Amino acid sequence: MQGAVGFAERAGHILLSARFWRGTLATAVFLLVWEAVARAGLVRVPAPSSALVTFNDLMRDPSFWFSWYLSTRRVFAGFLAAMLVGIPLGLGMAVSRILYGIVFPVFEVLRPIPPLAWVPAAIIFWPTQELSIMFVTFLGAFYTVVINVIDGAQTIDLRYYQAARSMGSSSWDIFRRIILPGTVPSIVVGATVGIGIAWAVVVAAEMISGGGSVGSMGGASGGGLGFFIWNSYVGGSYNQIVVGMISIGIAGYISSALLRKLGELVTPWLHEQ
Amino acid sequence: MNYEPPRGSPIADARAPALAAQGGCKGAIRIANVVKIYGSEGAGVRAVDDCTFHVPAGKITVVVGPSGCGKTTLLNAIAGFHSITSGTIHLDDALLCGPGRPKADPGPDRIVVFQNGALFPWKTIVENVAFGPIVQGRLSRKAAFEKARMMLAETGLHNLETNYPGEISSGMRRRVEIARALMNDPKVLLLDEPYRALDSLTKSVMHEALLETFDRNRVTIFFITHDLEEAIFLGHHVVIMTTRPCRPKKILTVDIPHPRDYSVLTAKRFREYLDETVEAVHEEALKAFAAGERER
Amino acid sequence: MKESAFAGDMNVALAQGPTAVLAKPERGPGRLESSAYRMAQWLRSPRPYLMLIGFALFLGFWYLTVEVWKLPRFSQMPGPTAVITEWINPDPIYGLSLYSPEYYQHIWVSTRRVLIAFLLATATGVPLGLLLGWSLRFKEYVFPVFELLRPIPPLAWVPLAIIMFHGSETPIIFLTFLASFYATTLNTMLGVESIDVSFVRAAYCLGAKRRQVFWHVIVPGAMPFIFTGLQISVGVAWFSLVAGEMVSGQYGLGYLINTSYTMVQYPTMVIGMITLGIVGYVTSAAVRVLGNYLMQWRARELAMGAEA
Repeated sequence: MQGAVGFAERAGHILLSARFWRGTLATAVFLLVWEAVARAGLVRVPAPSSALVTFNDLMRDPSFWFSWYLSTRRVFAGFLAAMLVGIPLGLGMAVSRILYGIVFPVFEVLRPIPPLAWVPAAIIFWPTQELSIMFVTFLGAFYTVVINVIDGAQTIDLRYYQAARSMGSSSWDIFRRIILPGTVPSIVVGATVGIGIAWAVVVAAEMISGGGSVGSMGGASGGGLGFFIWNSYVGGSYNQIVVGMISIGIAGYISSALLRKLGELVTPWLHEQ
Repeated sequence: MNYEPPRGSPIADARAPALAAQGGCKGAIRIANVVKIYGSEGAGVRAVDDCTFHVPAGKITVVVGPSGCGKTTLLNAIAGFHSITSGTIHLDDALLCGPGRPKADPGPDRIVVFQNGALFPWKTIVENVAFGPIVQGRLSRKAAFEKARMMLAETGLHNLETNYPGEISSGMRRRVEIARALMNDPKVLLLDEPYRALDSLTKSVMHEALLETFDRNRVTIFFITHDLEEAIFLGHHVVIMTTRPCRPKKILTVDIPHPRDYSVLTAKRFREYLDETVEAVHEEALKAFAAGERER
Repeated sequence: MKESAFAGDMNVALAQGPTAVLAKPERGPGRLESSAYRMAQWLRSPRPYLMLIGFALFLGFWYLTVEVWKLPRFSQMPGPTAVITEWINPDPIYGLSLYSPEYYQHIWVSTRRVLIAFLLATATGVPLGLLLGWSLRFKEYVFPVFELLRPIPPLAWVPLAIIMFHGSETPIIFLTFLASFYATTLNTMLGVESIDVSFVRAAYCLGAKRRQVFWHVIVPGAMPFIFTGLQISVGVAWFSLVAGEMVSGQYGLGYLINTSYTMVQYPTMVIGMITLGIVGYVTSAAVRVLGNYLMQWRARELAMGAEA
């Protein structure tokens, strides 16, 4: 980590490694095969080259970027809500046996119901479609966050508590200085996984509520990348479907990468070596 | 740099004729001018430097050095897990590795007992012990199991056969592991600090069990440790290593007759050997500490 | 690794000398007794009562907000009594209950889809993961492509799957498969990479060939991770199946939930959700049981750790 020199050196290392070139070669072969298969009409998929052209056109289309914005907003709203509710709940369950005993069984009973099964119920309950999509996104991230927080707090080494106790720490000290920082690494893991699920959920929720086979749900008002894909499918512009899929992939990847980076910043002791 | 091969000690001279014939034992190892550099040549880390000594057949040779000094690198080279940069290693006049053949092939003539133990957790004790002959195709499954049971009974480990390694104590696991090695009639046993994780009381039990096993089988033992007392108690020969790069600093022949038992620990001879060597080991430990070598 | 758990054994070893043996743990009837014992232990702990409080609070909240106080927004939801009476009604108002064969048809169709997708994903994901973990060269070629496709959530494939495959069945199975496949492959690969190199070296030392190392060390060594992966795989299979069924397809619990929503049969919708949860739980429990059965060494190791 020594600025530009270190970066250039690392970039040079990567460019020189056989591993990098093997990966590049394999990716190129994959794209070529896809292109050939699509051109030959063996499978009904758009070719990558034509998808690329469409992507280029869409770059200049503000409504395409607006879909990005809508989906991102929903993901982050749901995700932040999941963190805000999930972290305190998880910590509470980790600290209090009574709370754990009361809440965890209910939690475990609700958890196997896939978040997307909640879509219709959410639409009934929440006044706007926006809120119902956010709610489903929240559910997707929520379970993972809670499970990770509990798990992280429960696997803290017992000796840390004993050490703190022997040095005269109060319960509050122990919570603040041991449980909280001790749980941060698994919160980071939960958040990274959670935002991935949030992206998966938002796409489907937008498709189901915005333009699923049942046309009655809000029509075209929904928007978002999931709706963009679905609308492209309904409108028969298959290239756009691929563009939409890649966009979601990129968006999800960037969100996870951002969270991972943020996680490294808040857990410096894990990355010393 | 001030290394002087101790004269008069047969094991210091790699060019001495192999002692393979001695007592019908096999498994003499000759290590000559071995160099191991990790990473690229020039910029890499020199783990072993111009290391030369001889492990006589049918004897226990203990290599002592501070943690991370490079002694495990040497063991890995003999076992065939790592290549060497230059030099030669012979086993009974057959070249294990050397010029044109940087890495030896691992095989059942040199079996390693690992620091943390490597009994397969997913196989029962008897399956573990019978593993070697079965995969080599030397014995049928049935014959291998029979032999394994005998072997376990011999070491006093019967009744454990259908247990999994996770169900028995770590001391027991080490002994099962040695039994698993001996199933293959190896020429050499390579023990990589096998008792490191045990507490000192269990360790003493293990030492006596190992010596008992040795007396029964007379297999060559190449034993690595950082514990000087353990080394002198077990070894016919003790090779004290310098810290990185690793090479013999002092070679000691322990003239206490086998079979030994724990009364040796309080014997005057034993104390004398300890006095003679403790300085050398401590010096290396200090160097290793100063070099920032951390406990691995 | 877990040496500390066995510190107590040292005394045994010392007391009985170097030829000490460990008593064989009782098996068979002992296991039954111990589970009865554990049951009694559980009943004596506060856990079951707290659990009852938890469910009472949950159901009470649902009941009061929806059916008694009829709070705004809540009042549109189906209440617990409405759902339960519909569920156990031999003559259901909206046409679906425990007594209607159609109910089981939905369950069966969904389960069958998940099962096919799960088996396909296991049959392809486990070997691929083993290869990825086992051969560095193979990983260097294949993994970048895998990582390129993985960020695209399986659910984003819905329209493309409908275009690519004929009928309504194959696209749904494909979506379900895709999610499972990623989870299984990735966990299997991590499983191989988690294996202590000492095990591999020990096997070579004992004269095993490369192929034998693969079967005797790599496969069983990766097993715990594989089964973690399979459990995740079942979970995500249900997860994407629902989306697939909601968007396209006929029959299946996702379809049931969606249609009962559009036809304003809200209690049926909740029945569908609960059923989905139960079936999902049962399938993942089945995978766990199978895993414990295949990895008895692990279960017994853990039992030892708990007692020591």
